[in-house]
Amino acid sequence: MGKKRLMRGSHVIAEAATLAGCRFYAGYPITPQNELPEYLSGRFAKLEDATFIQAESELAAINMVMGASMTGVRAMTSSSSPGISLKQEGISYMAGMELPAVVANIMRGGPGLGNIAPSQQDYFQATRGGGHGDYRTIVLAPHSGQELVTLTMKAFDLADTYRTPVILLGDGLMGQMMEPVTFPEPIEPSALPKKEWTLDGAMERDSRLICSLRLDPFKMEQHNWKLARKYAAICERETEHESYLLDDAVVAVVAFGTAARIAKGAVNRVRKEGLKAGLFRPITLWPFPENEIRALTRSVKHILVFEMNFGQMVEDVRLSVGEKATVHFHGRPGGIISTPHEIADAITRLVYRHELC
Amino acid sequence: MIKQVFKRPDALKDNIFHYCPGCGHSVIHRLVAEVIDELGIRGKTVGVPPAGCAVLAYNYLDVDMGEAPHGRAVAVATGIKRCRPDLVVFTYQGDGDIAAIGTAETVHAANRGERLTVIFVNNGCYGMTGGQMAPTTLLGQTTTTTPGGRIQLRDGFPVDLSQMLAVAGGSVYIERTAVTSPKNIIKTKKALKKAFKVQMDDLGFSLVEILSACPTNWKLSSVDSCKRIEDEVIKQYPLMVIKDTTGTHSGADEGA
Repeated sequence: MGKKRLMRGSHVIAEAATLAGCRFYAGYPITPQNELPEYLSGRFAKLEDATFIQAESELAAINMVMGASMTGVRAMTSSSSPGISLKQEGISYMAGMELPAVVANIMRGGPGLGNIAPSQQDYFQATRGGGHGDYRTIVLAPHSGQELVTLTMKAFDLADTYRTPVILLGDGLMGQMMEPVTFPEPIEPSALPKKEWTLDGAMERDSRLICSLRLDPFKMEQHNWKLARKYAAICERETEHESYLLDDAVVAVVAFGTAARIAKGAVNRVRKEGLKAGLFRPITLWPFPENEIRALTRSVKHILVFEMNFGQMVEDVRLSVGEKATVHFHGRPGGIISTPHEIADAITRLVYRHELC
Repeated sequence: MIKQVFKRPDALKDNIFHYCPGCGHSVIHRLVAEVIDELGIRGKTVGVPPAGCAVLAYNYLDVDMGEAPHGRAVAVATGIKRCRPDLVVFTYQGDGDIAAIGTAETVHAANRGERLTVIFVNNGCYGMTGGQMAPTTLLGQTTTTTPGGRIQLRDGFPVDLSQMLAVAGGSVYIERTAVTSPKNIIKTKKALKKAFKVQMDDLGFSLVEILSACPTNWKLSSVDSCKRIEDEVIKQYPLMVIKDTTGTHSGADEGA
């Protein structure tokens, strides 16, 4: 680990991507993530083997990433909510073609043009595939500057391991917030495992094809089941979460990303008042840590889901716990950042209403 | 001693074309394969087929192929070429693909001077989906979505994408040809070879627009389809070198 650097989130993602061996970026300007391509344009200019393209559209950008990925290069794009909607075409194709890529979504308020304030409005879109077709994308939700480093780098590893697009789901606050971070040693692209499926010219081998077209329904079904088995393996192996002060908790807050950061502050506050609250933070939103949340209900009978939207992840929490706990919801859509005080109030009300102390 | 004077190109697989009788794709595929053979680039060529009838080009061309979403071929090809400048990268696109849904990608790739070769097959309709109006459909031409013929007031004018691309600073060589006669087929092959060479010489963006028949959707015989191109389509889309700046500058010194 190097020395600590004070950096804003978007720059951290860009630097971490470079250190992970990413050598292709194509993107299109949209707030609040412009600092990411701005940083990368300068960073990549210093590397002989890296390409930065400011594309003419989000569609072009994601399709350039698709082409880059076909050659085996670690490739990424980034955008914010409306731009991510446009990229869904390419993400669906890449899921079908089994091409790795990292897509950072620095979410803003919506629907439609919305605003440029931090929001978690795209949870459904990110965790349900997002585009057309029977597929999933791995979704990672960082909640701190340092985690932007680790999860960005992990995103590239997961994308390559499973040959699938990975979404890094942040929001305007994650993108703008400055925190001290440390970076690991860079990974040289030449040191990465060789990919045996890339398009690099059929020299002394049979020609290769990367496509998502399967006209024969039986072949399409076979491919769908192949993807399904891959997704099942990802669920089995890659689920990640953080438990915070849950050992003796009688109420658990479930929150991800920026909301989890705020919820941590709220939990600390109510703990000072003697209320036994803890935080369960999904780090992978897909695969969702459903078994781990279900296990929580052995000791916790009331769960408060807090999101910066009007209720999306709460559905996954309800599916996970079934009748084993009561799931409550507190949310602020539209780009509002709740204070820890507001969430502490919500926890306190819940504790007293249900006589949990 | 028997001397072989004609054979299947190495870059063309021994598969039976699925294309309709009289369709231009089969001829154009063969020309592409011959050019790849003659330039000796089979082992370093990557093709990007489009959505449409020719998406199955990978069943015939024996080179690495990466499929693109409808209209995005040059964007995908840009990603490939920028990561591997040593490869020869071509796209194969129809008129709906390149001149309607993919206009933005194509114009900007040409403007950036991407070192790509675009093979643009213009048959004036959406062949695979059943013959709907394309951007290149002629005024008055009947299609399944212009039952009384294309009307300018309602449907706009036929788009001349090649001319549009000629004004882009990064395009170096653009020629329009046809595959309606042996003479035109030979000219098409020459144009294709030049377009690939422009890329290999690192000069800039190259494109060959090929007027091609769709007898099935035009509801004409193969012979009458070729006649229609020569009598009617060429009036709208004349066969010519639309742009050739290969002798006047090289891409390498443009930025200087």
